[in-house]
Amino acid sequence: MSVLIFVELDEGKIKKSSQEAIFYGAKVAGMMGTAATAVVLGEADSAELATAGRFGATKVLHAADPKLNETNGMAYASVVAAAAQQEGAKVIVLAKSSLADAMAARLAGKLKAGLAANVIDLPQLGDSFRVKRSIYTGKAFAETELTADTKILAIKKNTITPEETDATASVEAFSPALNEGDFGLKVTNTEKATGDVLLPEADLVVSAGRGLKGPENWAIVEDLAKALGAATACSKPVSDLDWRPHHEHVGQTGIKVSPNLYIAAGISGAIQHLAGVNSSKVIVVINKDPEAPFFKSADYGIVGDVFEVLPRLTKAVQAL
Amino acid sequence: MKILVCVTSVPDTTTKITFTDNNTKLNKAGVQFITGPYDDYALARAVELKEQTGASVTVLNVGEADAEPVIRKCLAIGADDAIRVNADPVDAYFVAEQIAAIAKENSYDLILMGRESIDYNGGQVHGIVAEMLGIPSISPVMKLDISGTTAKMTREIEGGKEDLEASLPLVLGCQEPIAEWKIPNMRGIMTARTKPLKVVEPSSRETLTQVVSYELPAPRGAVKMIPADQAETLIQLLRTEAKVI
Ligand SMILES: Cc1cc2nc3c(=O)[nH]c(=O)nc-3n(C[C@H](O)[C@H](O)[C@H](O)COP(=O)(O)OP(=O)(O)OC[C@H]3O[C@@H](n4cnc5c(N)ncnc54)[C@H](O)[C@@H]3O)c2cc1C
Ligand SMILES: Cc1cc2nc3c(=O)[nH]c(=O)nc-3n(C[C@H](O)[C@H](O)[C@H](O)COP(=O)(O)OP(=O)(O)OC[C@H]3O[C@@H](n4cnc5c(N)ncnc54)[C@H](O)[C@@H]3O)c2cc1C
Repeated sequence: MSVLIFVELDEGKIKKSSQEAIFYGAKVAGMMGTAATAVVLGEADSAELATAGRFGATKVLHAADPKLNETNGMAYASVVAAAAQQEGAKVIVLAKSSLADAMAARLAGKLKAGLAANVIDLPQLGDSFRVKRSIYTGKAFAETELTADTKILAIKKNTITPEETDATASVEAFSPALNEGDFGLKVTNTEKATGDVLLPEADLVVSAGRGLKGPENWAIVEDLAKALGAATACSKPVSDLDWRPHHEHVGQTGIKVSPNLYIAAGISGAIQHLAGVNSSKVIVVINKDPEAPFFKSADYGIVGDVFEVLPRLTKAVQAL
Repeated sequence: MKILVCVTSVPDTTTKITFTDNNTKLNKAGVQFITGPYDDYALARAVELKEQTGASVTVLNVGEADAEPVIRKCLAIGADDAIRVNADPVDAYFVAEQIAAIAKENSYDLILMGRESIDYNGGQVHGIVAEMLGIPSISPVMKLDISGTTAKMTREIEGGKEDLEASLPLVLGCQEPIAEWKIPNMRGIMTARTKPLKVVEPSSRETLTQVVSYELPAPRGAVKMIPADQAETLIQLLRTEAKVI
């Protein structure tokens, strides 16, 4: 009857968001008087998988079939469903991501499970099973009761801060029969930036808008991001104009982020932009217009020219 | 080729959300309802495919009668006909069951949805429907071309994108830049009035989630302004006061 946690790797390491999911899942398991089991798909280093123990998992099921190296939501859902069945898991936890979303939806269909997306707090257990989820793109929360027997919780980044111990998890091979029908998609090409901090995973984000005037000026944004170890992001017009790749576009119709720090440079703060970033812990706004709406949603503000302010901030970070 | 486009009727992106009835209902007063922006991308691509290949485009909404203006607008943009499942769409699984039931009856080659609704942001209806139909689902799709029974797509992944191929039928969750949003023209608006809009009752009633109450986020504290010529102070404050770096 364990709580099952779907864990993702990036470049061979457990993703930060998955560490949060494990810690969250272990807390839920504690509340329910049961253990937390992680499930990992695709080839991976067992020593790395054992580190799931640091965040509270007692066991890791490892489905190492090389066919699962390709991230495939359909095949992943079948394997996670098999793991849930083996473990008798009625609660499945995962951190929101493009892969986890695709997997979780299929899993909900398979298991007829109630799926709560963008969960932002630990559940309330009692006569019912309730979670708080973020809705209207961060403009509100809905206290939601999950009435199905099986529950899937997709947690939003920064829902919980993991505390680490030095425990290790036992790693068990898990080899359910794979379903041919799940492999009907053919990936013909993949383009992925390597070495950069992934935007949805980032604790710190430096974002810039049309105030930067053109793509040739992005070095000052990237320099600050690099000094901080932050990911870069942008407003919608910036990606529409092809100044930056689409996967950096944040907001209502882009990536939703909730980092510890969101720095917005040369972004006016339109409501659709705010919707995707308003659950960031701390927001810094740099804009030359003191009337820019974004200042109303900021914690710290600088009225100034980005071309002067950003390099000064970079220097100050480098001097730390 | 038969295309089904599933659309939501959602508060305009500029809406200030508030609740009534002791925080148990959305306050609809003064709220302008629009087609979900992602659904609009799906519809726009469907209409382009119709123009290129002669496909038929049916629009489907699970919602109450107040969603009809949004459905009519989709007809004005170029869909051929529409179906409304007459029910309050209170749960993703419930909505998915309605869509799957209609899809089983009419066997579409392509079911296009938005990547996610902008009210409940679940990003799950496409996956659940595809699972119910036993066919592949892909999301978020930012490029789609059809040749014969093969779909060629580009999907966004974290930090990049991926090109994919699959055979129809498929369920896709769409996002920009799959197509440009379309604005209805006068002729579209006129013809939309007489295009068929069929209203059907739900085929099942089961839900798996239920909202108990709503709440608004706590307002942020006052902004602390730092003079531009002392920008370095910000970095100190982020370290010592906000403790985020
Ligand atoms: C349905 C819908 C969905 C949308 N979804 C999104 C979304 O997901 N994300 C999103 O971002 N937008 C979205 N938008 C667009 C949104 O409404 C705004 O148009 C957009 O966010 C503006 O981008 P911006 O702030 O970069 O540009 P602008 O609004 O042009 O602002 C530029 C800012 O830079 C400042 N500036 C200029 N020069 C300097 C300088 N040298 N130094 C300092 N500051 C300077 C200006 O004062 C101004 O405030 C959406 C719109 C619609 C209708
Ligand atoms: C007045 C009102 C009250 C609502 N109350 C609730 C509530 O209490 N709880 C709740 O969970 N939801 C509620 N919703 C409904 C919500 O908009 C969705 O229809 C449904 O819950 C699925 O949400 P999701 O965010 O998981 O969809 P997603 O999975 O994010 O949607 C993905 C795509 O699926 C398609 N789709 C989703 N919903 C529909 C639909 N209804 N008709 C046709 N296609 C659709 C669209 O193409 C959409 O882009 C309400 C909607 C309205 C208008």
